[in-house]
Amino acid sequence: MKFFPKFAIAAMTALALVMSAPAQAAPKKEFKVAWSIYVGWMPWGYAQDHGIVKKWADKYGLKIEVVQFNDYIESINQYTAGSLDGVLSTNMDALAIPSVGGVDTTALIVGDYSNGNDAIILKDKKTLADIKGQKVNLVELSVSHYTLARALETVGLSEKDITVVNTSDADMEAAWKTPDVSAMVTWNPMVASILKDPRANSVFDSSSLPGEIQDCLVVNTDTLKDNPDFGKAMVGIWFETLALMQSGTPEAKAARESMAKASGTDLAGFEGQLKTTKMFWTPAEMVAFTGGDLVPAMDKVRNFLFTHGLLGNNAPSADVVGIEFADGKIIGDKANVKFRFNDDYMKLAADGKL
Amino acid sequence: MRRLINQQPSVLNSLLLAALPFALVLLAYAVASEARLSINPDDKLLPDWSTIEAAIIRMGFVADLRTGNFLLLEDTMASLQRLAIGVAVATVIGGLIGILQGLIPYARAMLANFTSVVAMVPPLAILPILFITFGLGELSKVVLIVVGIVPFIVRDLALRTSELPHEELIKAQTLGASTWQIILRVVLPQMLPRLIDSVRLSLGAAWLYLIAAEAIAAENGLGYRIFLMRRYLAMDVILPYVFWITFLAFTLDFILRVFQRVTFRWMYRGQA
Repeated sequence: MKFFPKFAIAAMTALALVMSAPAQAAPKKEFKVAWSIYVGWMPWGYAQDHGIVKKWADKYGLKIEVVQFNDYIESINQYTAGSLDGVLSTNMDALAIPSVGGVDTTALIVGDYSNGNDAIILKDKKTLADIKGQKVNLVELSVSHYTLARALETVGLSEKDITVVNTSDADMEAAWKTPDVSAMVTWNPMVASILKDPRANSVFDSSSLPGEIQDCLVVNTDTLKDNPDFGKAMVGIWFETLALMQSGTPEAKAARESMAKASGTDLAGFEGQLKTTKMFWTPAEMVAFTGGDLVPAMDKVRNFLFTHGLLGNNAPSADVVGIEFADGKIIGDKANVKFRFNDDYMKLAADGKL
Repeated sequence: MRRLINQQPSVLNSLLLAALPFALVLLAYAVASEARLSINPDDKLLPDWSTIEAAIIRMGFVADLRTGNFLLLEDTMASLQRLAIGVAVATVIGGLIGILQGLIPYARAMLANFTSVVAMVPPLAILPILFITFGLGELSKVVLIVVGIVPFIVRDLALRTSELPHEELIKAQTLGASTWQIILRVVLPQMLPRLIDSVRLSLGAAWLYLIAAEAIAAENGLGYRIFLMRRYLAMDVILPYVFWITFLAFTLDFILRVFQRVTFRWMYRGQA
């Protein structure tokens, strides 16, 4: 192959290696974490903009950058591909994307669970059973889909009784206004805005599924193991920001207002969304939840993922990916644990040892 | 003269040179995939050939458990139908307006500025309006394709029409042709092959709008599948789909080119 000079091979190989270098697990000083707009994650943006991130990073001699992504799934994909050290994700998406993709992932902060943020909305109809036979607009394979599957179980229906129409979350509100859309599953802030329509009735919401849809800061397990200071700093940032929000001072109000504005609503709208979010305001509350029995919730989530083919196409059962809980209990394949709950760092916060 | 511009590659070398960029891309992929998989065997970003092959078999040749359909076939038919309707409607509208705008001074006075301005509106930015006007079903997907490519076809055809030698129009008039007869007998026959060129050039944009429309709200389609699979980084499915779309687009372009050559042979008279 005389048209294939050696330097070209070398150059292509080098390029390929640079393109593909995954996050290396080794002690390091610079960390990058991504968040996207969601009521329970707004404190991260505030912490980044108001020096709380820098304060804690400096304390441990690290550089931490908390960047905002406009596209939630893209942030998780980037984390999975190795270009981020942590990402804000639901427990379900973290299990389905990075963990199934072989990236050992730890839920470092379980910030809240959805307590009504995800809702099934029908046009003109009043009860969940009326959903039978309808086309349902939702983001397929998302927590909305999970909420729908769980809701259908409660009225003895299955996904065969409806037609799912995959719809982009960015277009939900516009979609609701079109005449051919009669049923929708989505999350806040879209739910709040759609329910302003007098024809819209919320027939089921995630307050009936307490603790199942968790919103977590997940980080690469190896990175965390090699850099415990990174974990301490992140937990420190989180609880300092939450304490500020809860302090009742003028700064607290200003902080909430700034978060409301950043999420495209006003203070009242933001407070309304916080009401349907079970936030763990103190380290003790978070330790109590994370250290509690999360097996039933994770078991339902992994079964949903399995029946929808999200645990891999060759997965023989929902056991293919192991899940480790804070007390060391493991469900699924013990030799392939890729998703872990860890309460060590939040305990340090609870004990004031950060 | 032994200058670079005068040196012709042999037939064999031409083929090798043509294959080289493709080979380089494949090689870069193989190396990068190998590197990632050696660190994490479950890596999904750059799957290896056997994983991709398994995905192709699963999507293309095994009936889906839930619906009993072959997913690749179902997606392809749905997408091609939308694309065909959208492009056909856009061709008719674009051809009509383009010829009128290029030929009739009154039409040009009214439309030329309007189409130039409309051509600059990014259709994806006004999606909510399209949805509320045309619903979320098949119609809005077709409309997005039409809105996306009509301005280009109109402007291209208007330009081509106005480039017709003025002598031809004068000649036709001295023979007593009316405006209508000139359109039918002089302009239209010459514009049809240009219209095909114009459609060929718009096909790339048409695919783009089709996939965007399917990403936003759909139950099937090539774009739907890609955006659904993206939700869990199933690149083993996405890469064959991208390859398939490229192949379909290339084939469509090829068919149009052959059709034009065969139907409008006169255009190529005098060429080698």
